[in-house]
Amino acid sequence: MSAPISNTIVNLPDQSTATIPKRNYINNEHGLLSWLLTGDHKRIAMLYLISITFFFFIGGAFAGLIRLELLTPQPDLVSSDTYNKFFTMHGIIMIFLFLVPSVPATLGNFFIPIMIGAKDLAFPKINLLSWYLYMIGGTLTLTALVLGGVDTGWTFTTPLSTHYLNTHVITAATAIFIAGFSSIFTGLNFIVTIHRMRAPGMTWFRMPLFCWSNYAASVLMVLGTPVLAIALVLVALERLVGIGVFDPTKGGDPLLFQHLFWFYSHPAVYIMILPGMGVISEVISTFSRKRVFGYTAVAFSSVAIALFGFFVWAHHMFIMGVSNYSALVFSLLTMLVAVPSAIKIFNWAFTLQKGSITFETPMLYAFGFMGLFTIGGLTGVFLGSLGMDIHLTETYFIVAHFHFVMVGGMLMAFLAGIHFWWPKMTGRMYPESLSKLAAVITFIGFNLTFLPQFILGYLGMPRRYHAYPPEFQVLNVLSTAGATVLGVGYMLPLLYLGWSLKYGAIAGNNPWQATGLEWQIQSPPLTENFVTIPIVDYEAYDYEWLEKKQREEVTTVG
Amino acid sequence: MGISPVLWQFLVKWLHNSALFPAEASTIAPYTDALYFFLIAMTVVGMFLVVVLVFVFSLKYRREKSPVATQVEGSTLLEATWTIIPLAIFLVTFVWGALLYFRIYDPPANAMNIYVVGKQWMWKAEHPGGQHEINALHVPAGRPVQLTMISQDVFHSFSIPDFRVKREVIPGRYTTVWFQATTPGSYHIFCTQYCGTQHSMMIGEVTVLTPEDYDKWTKQSTSGMSLAQNGERLFASMGCNACHSGTAAARGPSLAGVYGSRLTLANGGQVLVNDAYLRDAILNPSQHVTAGFAPIMPTYQGQISEDGLIDLVEFIKNMQSNYRVQQTQMTGETDQAAPTTPGEGTTETVKP
Repeated sequence: MSAPISNTIVNLPDQSTATIPKRNYINNEHGLLSWLLTGDHKRIAMLYLISITFFFFIGGAFAGLIRLELLTPQPDLVSSDTYNKFFTMHGIIMIFLFLVPSVPATLGNFFIPIMIGAKDLAFPKINLLSWYLYMIGGTLTLTALVLGGVDTGWTFTTPLSTHYLNTHVITAATAIFIAGFSSIFTGLNFIVTIHRMRAPGMTWFRMPLFCWSNYAASVLMVLGTPVLAIALVLVALERLVGIGVFDPTKGGDPLLFQHLFWFYSHPAVYIMILPGMGVISEVISTFSRKRVFGYTAVAFSSVAIALFGFFVWAHHMFIMGVSNYSALVFSLLTMLVAVPSAIKIFNWAFTLQKGSITFETPMLYAFGFMGLFTIGGLTGVFLGSLGMDIHLTETYFIVAHFHFVMVGGMLMAFLAGIHFWWPKMTGRMYPESLSKLAAVITFIGFNLTFLPQFILGYLGMPRRYHAYPPEFQVLNVLSTAGATVLGVGYMLPLLYLGWSLKYGAIAGNNPWQATGLEWQIQSPPLTENFVTIPIVDYEAYDYEWLEKKQREEVTTVG
Repeated sequence: MGISPVLWQFLVKWLHNSALFPAEASTIAPYTDALYFFLIAMTVVGMFLVVVLVFVFSLKYRREKSPVATQVEGSTLLEATWTIIPLAIFLVTFVWGALLYFRIYDPPANAMNIYVVGKQWMWKAEHPGGQHEINALHVPAGRPVQLTMISQDVFHSFSIPDFRVKREVIPGRYTTVWFQATTPGSYHIFCTQYCGTQHSMMIGEVTVLTPEDYDKWTKQSTSGMSLAQNGERLFASMGCNACHSGTAAARGPSLAGVYGSRLTLANGGQVLVNDAYLRDAILNPSQHVTAGFAPIMPTYQGQISEDGLIDLVEFIKNMQSNYRVQQTQMTGETDQAAPTTPGEGTTETVKP
């Protein structure tokens, strides 16, 4: 036993003899139509992956333009109207077309059926329909953009959006309305699939935590998104025929819109973050070779977040003249919803304890997630605390907080997941050292971009400002510099993942020695996923079972 | 070394003029900052814990050192610890934040009132004494000031970061915020709610003056007509005095001394008469009929600007008797509604 223990768990087949399996979901059928009319959840996931990546870079381009404008205090790069359109499009695209579908529609779509031992989702055609709805929503968004843009902010606040703007509000609202249905259908599909299609022996508490968190997010999608749809329909009606629901001169209440909007849009942040938390559970377990510490607590904390997440929406409105009592109740509930997230963070940290840890790229992203999400979550407590919220809300503090959770948290988790499952999805490995570099660049760039914004926020710099007082410039320059670094960090994976499609090392079935059912089948998987439906007689993250199974395989083959 | 002196000077000046922490210029600011530092400490400790755990475990249990993982199910004790301790900290934050919230939003009874109207894209401040300002606000140091604010169009938000106060300015509804400035000087006013094209131009300066300077300013910059006087003129010219004359035969209730009283409505409800009630009753009278009167008042929706409403509210607020109403009614009938010079002290805000 004198050989040094390797610092990686990666175990690739002999590259001189290994090949991509002859029959798999990618080459099962050929031609564009075979993709556009497919019912295969894996192909739909890939369609989603391509489309959300496209929209991510469009949204990212707007972010770059915003940061470029804010390099100087004067409004000198573009006109105010154009700047307002920039941040509106950045918000709409990033939230509705990237963050909401990011993990569920790509990784969830691809892996939830496989993880529970099913051949496909419960409703393959509805799954395809949801991609088409997404694309129609995306195309309409781009149409609104090409026709001249929209400048309501992604929040569509009335009466600004209904009475005071002449831009393409209805087109953008329709786009979100339609994209919303795509999200409802995805959620519905996941719920039914997880309830009805688990393989024999796959009990609820044997499911990987990724399934739990996506299940919780699905419940939010199905129950929350219709309220957004209603709010948007009312905005459109108010604009077109002036029904007066939100118009105080007609007896309406402009605050009602905010209630409806945040009733969806607060749970929406959990729709965005929960699936990412699922990814982190998988990654941390795999790279520390340990069952997730307190599996049940982590599973139920997802459910708790989904449940409490519906009862905190008015914390977006503390300064808007809601009654003192409701402010108190919503602040208290906001404090409660922070607890399950804290539980998750500590459970992940203790998963590392007594593990056998290696530091492949997905793990680096997961560590990044843990750090940035902790800051993002704790700064959320600042905003949930009533008196503090008065000073901090509507400033760059809230911008920084939201980006720490959504970009520092969710995007890190998405990238962790993409790297983690890339070998399974494509059959090939990404280049390890380059991707580690990208993870580090992203982390540094992110902090440089958003940490100064906390300080700016406490100074009082309001969000959505095209121009700002000159004493805020130094921090804004730092932030823009960070955004440049961050941009490099996001371009790199696009390039090397593309490269790896052709030149990456052949991954084999289970490069990470992971326990999930998806790792026990070939990479890329067969169209029908499993040759025979698996019978599950072991817990999730059972590394001893895996070891035993691998020993047996060696003996049988040998 | 090779850095040009011009560039060096520029950098020094640029960094020197940059802000890192806002001034504490109100009595509330130290309370807000105390909570802020507590929350920062919480974040730093939380972050430190997570980083230390990840670091130590990563070093100690990396594969080279710990080739085989020991499976652990979990630990109820540990999990209870990290449920209860964060919960306790968050609850402390909740209570502290709630106390601060009420401190910031509950004005002291002796606060002087200034009206603020927000519109795309400016702030109009209207002092009861007849001083009108745009994108500027003059206040005395050491005296509590309450702002009663309303928007003429979309949502705005009135923020003075150096005072740590902010409140949404909403169409169709009065909102209030108060502060007591401590240090004379000039501070930013921002609109923090996105309100359209020139959102970032909807900024102004609040100038805090010493009490003496403030008195000087008040005398120099008055338009000569107090808000209540404007309101009186409007009251006559809109014909309000025809019904609200306070005579026995009047078709509308007497408004003298009504402000601050509890009123029984025709539908049996009880209301406290405050600024918001008066405004609503003018715009939407059929919902606010005083018990004993017929619902005959027409709506004034769309006929009076927010400024006009403020004048009327201010007039009714300060109305102690119906004498002058009846007087103007006489002259009003001959179409000469010129107000007489008000007596001493009528421009003072009278608190019920």
